[in-house]
Amino acid sequence: MALVKEGVPFRGTKEQELALKKVISELKDTKGAMMPILQQAQDIYGYLPIEVQTMISDETGVPLEKIYGIATFYSQFALQPKGENRISVCLGTACYVKGAGEIFNKLQDMLGIQNGQCTPDGKFSLDSCRCVGACGLAPVMMINEEVYGRLTTDQLPGILAKYK
Amino acid sequence: MENVTLKINGVTVSAPKDSTILDAARLAYIEIPTLCFLKEINEIGACRMCVVEVKGAKTLVASCVYPVAEGMEVWTNTPKVLDSRKKTLQLLLSNHNKQCLSCVRSGQCELQTLSRELGVDDENYYKGGMTPCELDETAVHMVRDNSKCILCRRCTAICEKAQNVGVIGPNKRGFNAFIGSPFGMGLGDTSCVSCGQCIAVCPTGALYEKSCVDDVLAAIADPDKYVVVQTAPSVRTGLGEEFGLPIGTNTEGKMVAALRRVGFDKVFDTNFSADLTIMEEGTEFIGRLTGGGVLPMVTSCSPGWVKYCEHYFPDVLEHLSSCKSPQQMMGAVVKSFYAEKAGIDPKKIVSVSIMPCTAKKFEITRPDEAANGVPDVDFSMTTRELAAMIKKCRINFLELPDEDFDAPLGLSSGAGVIFGASGGVMEAALRTAVEILTKKQLPSLDFTDVRGFQGIKEASYPIEVDGKSITVKVAVASGLANANELMKKVRAGEADYHFIEIMACPGGCINGGGQPRVPADVRNNVDYRKLRASVVYDSDKANTIRKSHENPAIQELYSAFLENPGSHKAHHLLHTSYVQRKVNYTV
Repeated sequence: MALVKEGVPFRGTKEQELALKKVISELKDTKGAMMPILQQAQDIYGYLPIEVQTMISDETGVPLEKIYGIATFYSQFALQPKGENRISVCLGTACYVKGAGEIFNKLQDMLGIQNGQCTPDGKFSLDSCRCVGACGLAPVMMINEEVYGRLTTDQLPGILAKYK
Repeated sequence: MENVTLKINGVTVSAPKDSTILDAARLAYIEIPTLCFLKEINEIGACRMCVVEVKGAKTLVASCVYPVAEGMEVWTNTPKVLDSRKKTLQLLLSNHNKQCLSCVRSGQCELQTLSRELGVDDENYYKGGMTPCELDETAVHMVRDNSKCILCRRCTAICEKAQNVGVIGPNKRGFNAFIGSPFGMGLGDTSCVSCGQCIAVCPTGALYEKSCVDDVLAAIADPDKYVVVQTAPSVRTGLGEEFGLPIGTNTEGKMVAALRRVGFDKVFDTNFSADLTIMEEGTEFIGRLTGGGVLPMVTSCSPGWVKYCEHYFPDVLEHLSSCKSPQQMMGAVVKSFYAEKAGIDPKKIVSVSIMPCTAKKFEITRPDEAANGVPDVDFSMTTRELAAMIKKCRINFLELPDEDFDAPLGLSSGAGVIFGASGGVMEAALRTAVEILTKKQLPSLDFTDVRGFQGIKEASYPIEVDGKSITVKVAVASGLANANELMKKVRAGEADYHFIEIMACPGGCINGGGQPRVPADVRNNVDYRKLRASVVYDSDKANTIRKSHENPAIQELYSAFLENPGSHKAHHLLHTSYVQRKVNYTV
């Protein structure tokens, strides 16, 4: 067993740390403060890596495990950062029967990351999502705000190349 | 407390208003099965084993958390209830590693017992995937096998609430949920203090100590090795439970007889080195008290507590006594004084300890615990491992005659044996320190204020020293959450105590993480700690020598070898040092 420290190295700034400490000192003594602290920490850093959760643990005295348990329970919290380019592949019913699963697997292979992760260079993050409201174009994926429909796996290298 | 009247299975019961259906049913001699419920520790109604029917309720209710009410009608064994419990078990087993034959808990597993009672076999009722998991062997003292975990959360509750450590908890959600440490860390990567309370409360075989039974048997079989064993005071209070004897049976004589038959060359008593600890610690205390040293002085016998202090109070380590624990003192004396006396090369001695403790496995690996150039203690086993060893060797434990420990390191006073219970170290230390300070015999040796199972106990004793009167103020805490409370006062400079005793496990070593597991239904209803503690207090009362400084074997050790308590030689062999650790040290 080893510490899960993969993907993008932590690039937190002094300003971010000060902002987080301010949030914690304001909320620390109120009951049920952990959810708003985690939400605001995610607003500040974009995600909740071990460095951020440890800062919260040290400041609040709440065991790191307790914080990690909350952060991994709710799907609103991300433990991996989002990339410069956020890819989301629809795995809703219509897209799925049209082969979105293969698209998704191909992207995982090409980028060398799993669902929810970010490439080490910070360029791409990959998520699965549910319906984006374009079932007529199934299978569909979005990169940032751009929608790509009627996808086939052999189109993927060309599409990704546009973002490199 | 006001009572309410209700009917359980048609029987009228009167129960206190604030009780649960589970409590009330017991008053009617009806046992409702539970899995996750641990009184005052884990009352979360999660496992659904304890469901019952309540008239007027839409669904079955969890009796462990459902309060009674006037006129309530409850049924605990209708087909609907029994079916539900059975289904719960089938679902648990569908995601359970059912290799029961080789499981450490086979025969003592709460899940197995319920399955047998409800007629649930090991067939796969709900075929499908299993939650992925890997064995966590990173901790020095124990293993977590989540393939046997039923997510009852007893371990996480005791770790967080009783011990204030909280290094394990539920992670992720739904089918992927598992109990573990954050960010994929193993237990050994965290600030776990090795107390083993999680093992003691686990209902299944998911948590167990790393066994050294086979290593010890191999050493015994090696003709070049001289294998010496010591047994802690609390082991004799619990060992009998593993052989079906009632809780609170003193098995000292049988235990010694069993150890000889297993093949140990010498059977010594940690009670002896508890007496030795008192000589050293008492002297250190007197020195600090009269010489302006750091006060309060805090005991250092409990390695779980010491590690906790290093992680959570690294800034106040100077309060800890520099004394090694009795286990380590015995080890150091065996490989020096005894080796010399018996003419044996210390390198050929294999020193084994039997402890009610899992943190002792950690302690033997600490730095500064090898006074003679070899480890003071080579193997530390739990009470449970000793029972397993005796069973493995097929020794007829219940029929064994009582035998005595070997001289000279098997001779001890009543002060040594009470080390096993919370307050015992304090009481033993007071018996010696007060007599040395006042130069008078104590009229009574029973310091009853520091006995018992309150989390924090306080007492003060006015004494006369060289014509001056001093009030010695002491405090005793057991369970690390209580220790935390006390130490926060010490850190803030608000504690005006002179001497503090802390044991990591709630109630002291008699309830150590290496003691026989007490099934939840007994644990929730029987004061098992009191029963075990009665063994050490009865043994103290029965001993003709009740003060450590009057133990003739201790006197001989000093006159023939160590010179005086606190001497240069004593310091080299019997004292140690501590290290500052962090709580979160992964970044």
